[in-house]
Amino acid sequence: MATEAAAISQPMHQEHVGPSYVAIFIYLAILTGAELVVYALGFSQVLKIGLLVALALAKATLVAMYFMHLAFERRGLWIIAGTPLILVAFCYFMLRPDLSHRSWAHHDEAQVVGEHEHPSPLSPEARGLPPQQGGADAQH
Amino acid sequence: MSEAAAAHADPNVHGAVADQHEPSLTPDTSGKLGMWAFLAGDAMTFGAGIAAYGALRWQNVNWPDPADWLGITTTAVMTFILICSSVTMVEALSSIQRGDQGKFRLWMFGTMIGGLAFLVMQAFEWHHLIWGEDLSIKTSLFSATFFILTGFHGLHVTGGVIYNTTLWIRNLTGKLPQNKAYLVEIAGLYWHFVDLVWILIFTFVYLI
Repeated sequence: MATEAAAISQPMHQEHVGPSYVAIFIYLAILTGAELVVYALGFSQVLKIGLLVALALAKATLVAMYFMHLAFERRGLWIIAGTPLILVAFCYFMLRPDLSHRSWAHHDEAQVVGEHEHPSPLSPEARGLPPQQGGADAQH
Repeated sequence: MSEAAAAHADPNVHGAVADQHEPSLTPDTSGKLGMWAFLAGDAMTFGAGIAAYGALRWQNVNWPDPADWLGITTTAVMTFILICSSVTMVEALSSIQRGDQGKFRLWMFGTMIGGLAFLVMQAFEWHHLIWGEDLSIKTSLFSATFFILTGFHGLHVTGGVIYNTTLWIRNLTGKLPQNKAYLVEIAGLYWHFVDLVWILIFTFVYLI
C-alpha cells in the first residue's frame, strides 16, 4: 500500500529527455544569423520573404516545442496552441480578396489605391533625397 | 481526508496525479491550462495585428523601406538578448524543479536583466524615432503600425519583467519552494510567448 502510494505520488512532470537548452539556443542563434544573412544578401523580394518567413517559423517552432515544452505536453494543449495559428491564417486569407486588385492589376503608373494625393512625408522627394529608382513596385 | 491525501488530490500541488478518468485536455495543473488559454487569446491579438500590418503594407504603394528608418543591427541585438533571456528562464525552471534555489535565483535574475535590457534598447529606439526623426504615431500608416505593434509587445515585456521579479522576490523570502515550481513554469510560458512574438515582429516589421 505504501509502495503504491509512493509510486502514485511520483510527479507527473518528469525530466524531459531531449535536446539540451543550450543546443536549442545555438540553433536559434544560427537561425537568427541566417535571417540577417538573407536580409543582407539582397535576394528577390519573393525569395527573401519566403526564406525569412520560413526561418521565423522555424525559430518560433523551436521556442514553442522545447522552451514552452509543447513537445512533451498532452495533445489537448496542441489544440489550444494551434487554434490561433489557424484563425490568424483564416483572418489573413479573408483579407486577401480586398488586396486582389493590387496583385492582379497591372499598370505602368503607380497604383492609385492607397496612394495619397500629396506625396507621403516619408517619400524620398519630401525628404530632399533623390527619387527612388525602379518605380513604386520596386519598394515591395 | 489527511493532509497528504489532500495535497495528492489538489491539481495545483506539484506531484499531484490526475485522475485516470480525467480527459487528456487537462494538463498537470489548472494554472498551466489557464495560461495556455490566455496565450491563445493573446496570440490572436498579435496575429491580427501582424496580419493587418501585412495587409496595409501590401496595399499601400507609399510604404517606406523599414531599413531607411529602423536600426536593424540594434534590433538584431535586442532579438538575441530576448532569446538569451528565454534560455535563462528555462534554466531557472530546471533549477527550481531540481531544488537548486541558488541557481534559480541566478538564472531568474539573468532573465530579468535580459528583459530590462530589451526595454531600455527599445526605449532608445523610440526616442530616436520620435525626437530624432520626428516620427510619431500620427505621421503615417508605417509609423502607426510600427509604434502600435512594438509598443504592445513592449507592454507585454514590461509585464513579464514585473512577473519574473515578483517570483524572484518570493523565492528570496522563502515563499517559492521546490514544490511550487509549477508557478515558474507558468511564468515561463508567458515569457517564451513574448520572445516568440518578437521573433515574428522582428521578421515581418524590420526585415521584410
